[in-house]
Formats: sequence, structure tokens, C-alpha cells
Amino acid sequence: LNRNCLDASRPWLCFWILHSLELLQEPIPAAVASDVCQFLARCQSPTGGFAGGPGQHAHLAPTYAAVNALCIIGTDEAYNVIDREKLLDFLWSVKQPDGSFVMHVGGEVDVRSAYCAASVASLTNILTPKLFENTTNWILSCQNWEGGLSGVPGLEAHGGYTFCGTAALVILGKEHMLDLKALLRWVVSRQMRFEGGFQGRCNKLVDGCYSFWQAGLLPLLHRALYKEGESELSQQRWMFEQQALQEYILLCCQNPTGGLLDKPGKSRDFYHTCYCLSGLSIAQHFGNMDNHYEVILGKEENRLAPTHPVYNICPEKVAQALQHFLRMPVPEIHFRSNKRGRSVK
Amino acid sequence: CVTKYINRKEWADLEPVPQDDGPNPVVKIAYSEKFSDVYDYFRALLKNDEKTERAFALTADAIDLNAANYTVWHYRRVLLQALSKDLKEEMKYITNIIEEQPKNYQVWHHRRMVVEWLNDPSEELRFIADILSQDAKNYHAWQHRQWVIQEYKLWDNELEFVENLLEEDVRNNSAWNQRHFVISHTTGFSDPAVVEREIQYCLNQIRKAPHNESAWNYLKGMLQDRGLSSQPGLLERVLELKETHCSPYLLAFLFDCYEDALENITQKEKVEEEEQKETLRKALEICRLLAQEKDTIRKEYWEFLGRSLRNKYGNGALSDEPMAENPEPSISASQSQEAS
Repeated sequence: LNRNCLDASRPWLCFWILHSLELLQEPIPAAVASDVCQFLARCQSPTGGFAGGPGQHAHLAPTYAAVNALCIIGTDEAYNVIDREKLLDFLWSVKQPDGSFVMHVGGEVDVRSAYCAASVASLTNILTPKLFENTTNWILSCQNWEGGLSGVPGLEAHGGYTFCGTAALVILGKEHMLDLKALLRWVVSRQMRFEGGFQGRCNKLVDGCYSFWQAGLLPLLHRALYKEGESELSQQRWMFEQQALQEYILLCCQNPTGGLLDKPGKSRDFYHTCYCLSGLSIAQHFGNMDNHYEVILGKEENRLAPTHPVYNICPEKVAQALQHFLRMPVPEIHFRSNKRGRSVK
Repeated sequence: CVTKYINRKEWADLEPVPQDDGPNPVVKIAYSEKFSDVYDYFRALLKNDEKTERAFALTADAIDLNAANYTVWHYRRVLLQALSKDLKEEMKYITNIIEEQPKNYQVWHHRRMVVEWLNDPSEELRFIADILSQDAKNYHAWQHRQWVIQEYKLWDNELEFVENLLEEDVRNNSAWNQRHFVISHTTGFSDPAVVEREIQYCLNQIRKAPHNESAWNYLKGMLQDRGLSSQPGLLERVLELKETHCSPYLLAFLFDCYEDALENITQKEKVEEEEQKETLRKALEICRLLAQEKDTIRKEYWEFLGRSLRNKYGNGALSDEPMAENPEPSISASQSQEAS
């Protein structure tokens, strides 16, 4: 099985696998954790951020994956891998005047980049309002006539991009600026009435990975609506059919030899394993300020650990990372005049 | 079989650089000998910042082995400029690569860069049309198409292109999106003649394929800023369709019309209380119908909307339906409640 196509995505492999194991409540042996830390350290670019592999250029997607993986490990060794000052330099180097971010120097813009940047900046406590100046407005311009968000303004609403844009706005505290009602209508409409799983876009096919990208929006919207004073929200359920999603994942998305997948007939991979499990966790666990309510389809052993709907790592790991990095001062940016204003063109 | 770089005389001066995975690598990829050979030399070129023809040629091999390696693509672009390479040739190259791997981010971004450098979009619409003929919903293709059209102001024939795609597949949501894109950037949706034409178009498509969510979403999406009840006669036309072309989408649209009407009634001076009560009753009836019969997968949502609407516009005496506060759905799975 040729995996060369993932040679520029190795931190992703670390995250997909570590997150799957943490959802399955499978402990990570200390030696493995340490090996991952040392590998990710080799993926870190001397100019900041993480690359798809040793010696490659930094890119926001493996940066997101690496920081998440290190936070899952959660040891001091893991946290110490991250060079926060350089990471901030990297984020500035990909920031665009219009508020968007390119995925890497000389690379493409789309809303994933804002999420990756907001995620790592908030977890490692290097976030400043200046860094995300205009980003809110740029993300908002990605909400379209369908109610969901597109990758860049003008395009079709899409589950992956909608998750990224919405979660980024939640991190920035600006989710209320979306048309939440329109977004809610769009995302609930993405659950397939026959299959029970979610599609990525209107009139397309179901895919197990959207169990997270789409269903994961419901906890975010629940909290956003609650903060807007919505009084009629359920106290027990997300606004999607939780049992139906669990049925789709468990009955249709498992490989009998292990691992999860898009839909029957497709082959397993670590990406789908991660996101099917993440979606299963979302479908199993309802939680708000006051209570935690579970719906476990099948045996008790099917229960997964809860996942944080913004970062998609376990909530304890989020809290622990925040606590660790909040003790440190926000770094001063080093090369502002050189690296700012480097445009896509 | 091509000779490995390590065996090529003209590369003998360069020391290959093995990948530094460290002593205890994780997520190891089982590279072929060919892969390791090419990338060992790529790393050597990068290390020396070599900007030569042979470096340029090697990038094609590296891309062929992993077209997602954005570091290689970046380097290739540096070389294209440093060596003043023929960009028209590069267009041919990237055309072929995209045809082989149309779902890769890097290849489309590279094409965009070359088009920008050449300032020549003349092949783009035809090329993208060809890619779309193989996969009419390829997100990258649509993204590139919108960029080209907007950048080079190539709006003229796009509505026709969209209509042809919708003729082929009226359920192609990407095409519906493109329709919205073209109109909003040209005539806009303020012109009543345009709106009427679009409503007519939607209703015709709905008559042909009643369970096409895209058409209903487009209808709503186009009108929602002005308010669904702002369009005179629309509600009646939809109610007509309800008899013969009903769908959960039609019902949801009706609900949205009623909700919009309630939104506007309460803002007017003279409020017909009976009229408001009746509109609310109809809206709530649709919520119930959808939640319990016609769109049960979205039960939680429709029940929430019903509660919200009742809370906003109703009062205790209004509803003649018994309503539990937060009805607990019956479910065969185990349930447990814990305080957090």
C-alpha cells in the first residue's frame, strides 16, 4: 500500500493516530510519546511552525496537527518542543492584509488556514488581536447563500470549511457575528435521512469523516445560541439525530480487520479512523454548563472519551495545555517589518 | 527503468542528503528505492540552494512521486523564475498533472501562479470545463474557475455555462452555487425582473425534480435578505405546488415564509391578532409534521424551532396542542445522566 502521498503530512499521521487512541482510552506508552515528541521536533522549521516532514517548509496544516499531537501527549517534553516565538513569526509570515492566511509561504489561501492559526495560537498562548485583525470579517465573508461556509468567498458551502471557519470564530469570540440560524439550518440538513451519516455538501454522498466536520458544528452552535440568549435549546441532545449517526459509523464505517472508513466499499485510513471516531464521540456525549448526558449505541465498551468540539482533542488535554502556556508571557514579534505584507501574488 | 540519480555521472558532484527522521522515527513511510533516491537528491539541491536545469528536471520526478509535496512545488516555482523557463511549456506540464490528479491542492495553486505570471487566462475556462466534465463538482476546479472569472472579468458566458450544467444534472449544487455567484456579481438580485426570472427558473426545475434540495435552497437563499414574504404571490405559488410536488424542502420553505411573515407582522402598526395567531398555528403545524412524519431525521431541530417560535410569538393560551417542555425521545440505546 503506497503511502508516499502522505510524505508531506506526517504530523497529521501523528495526530490522527494519537487522537484515535485517546478517544479509545488507550494509553500511549511513555517511550512512544517521547519518540513522537522527538520526531515532531525534527518537523519543526528553523523559521517556525511545523512541516509535513523533516527538512520540508512549514505549513499551517501540519503545524495544527503537530501542536494538537503534542497537546494530546501533554508532557513537559511535548510542550517544550514548541518554539513559541518562532511559531508567532511563522504565523505573521503567512498573514495577509485582508485578514486571511496562506497555508504556507507562497501557498494558497482558504479558511482552513484561519482555523489552524487560531487553534495553535490560542493553545500556546501567542494570540494577539493584531494577529487576527480582519480575520473575523474574512471568515464571515465565507458564509454564503446556503447558510454554510465555503473555502474562500463565493464557493459552495462545505462541511470541512464550515467547521474550520466556525471553530476559528469561536476561538476569536466572534461566532455570534455569523447568521447562526442560517448556519444551523444548513448543517442539520446535511444529515442523510437514509444513511444517518452526514454529507459534505448538498446533494453529494455521505462520508464518515463528516461525522466530525458536520456533526461537530452542533455543539459549537448550541453554545453560540446559548450565549445569544436562546432559551429553548435542549438540555439533553444536540440538534442532530445522534443515534442514526452512531448507527452509520458503527454499522457501515468499520473495517472488520480494524480501522474506519468513508463508506462501505472504501478502504480504511488513519484520517477516516480519526474523524469517524471523533464524530462517534460527539454523537455519544452531550454536555453543556450544567450536565453531561450520554447516548451509547450498543455495548458499554462502545463508549469513547469525549472530545472538545473546537480543537478535537480531549477537553482535559485542552485545559492542561492552556494552563501550561498561560503561565508564559505572549512573545513579542521579531520580524514584523520584513514579513508582513507578503502577499499571495 | 530510469537510472537512479546516485548512478548518474552528471550528478556525481552532489552528495545526496538522507532524510533526518532521527534515531527512533515514528509514522515511518516505506519509501521505494526510487523515492528515497529522488528525495535524497532533492534535499541536497535544497541545502545548496542550487538553481540549475538539472534541479528543475528533478522537481518533476519528485512531484511525480508525491504531488502533495508543497516544498517541491515552491522550489519549482523559484526555479521557473530563476531560469526564466518557458511558462507556456509549464502550462502544458501543469495541465497534464491536473488531469491525472485533479483533487490535489498544490497543482491548482501552481497553475494559478503560472497564469498570473503569464497574465494569460485564455485557456482556463475551456480547461476547467474539461475537468468538470469528468467531475462536475470538483471543488478546486470551481475555485480556480471563480478566481479566473473574477480576476480577468470573464463573466459573459458563465450563466450559459451554468445552465448547461444544470441541464445535465439539475441536482449539481456546485452549479447552483455558480449561478448565484454569476448573478450576484453581474446584475445582482435587487432587480425585480431578475428575481422574477430566477423564481420562475427555480419553480420550473422543482416541477421537473421535486425532491431537489438545491433548487429550494437557491430559492430561499436568493430571497432571504429581503425576506421571503416580500415577494408577492410566491407563497400562493408554493402552496399550489404542495398538492402535487410536495417534499420536506417545500414544507420547510413554507415554514420559512410563515416565520418571515410573523417577523414582519409584529413590526407593523395594525396587528391583526387573529391573522398572527393563524400564521403561527400554520408554522407550528409544519414543524410538527416535519418532526414527526416528513423529516424525522431532523426531529430535534424542528422541535427546537417550534419551541422557539412559540416562545417568541405565542402565549400559553395560543397553542391548543399539549406540549412537553423538552420531550425525551424514546430510544433503545442506554442512557445515563451524570452531573459534570
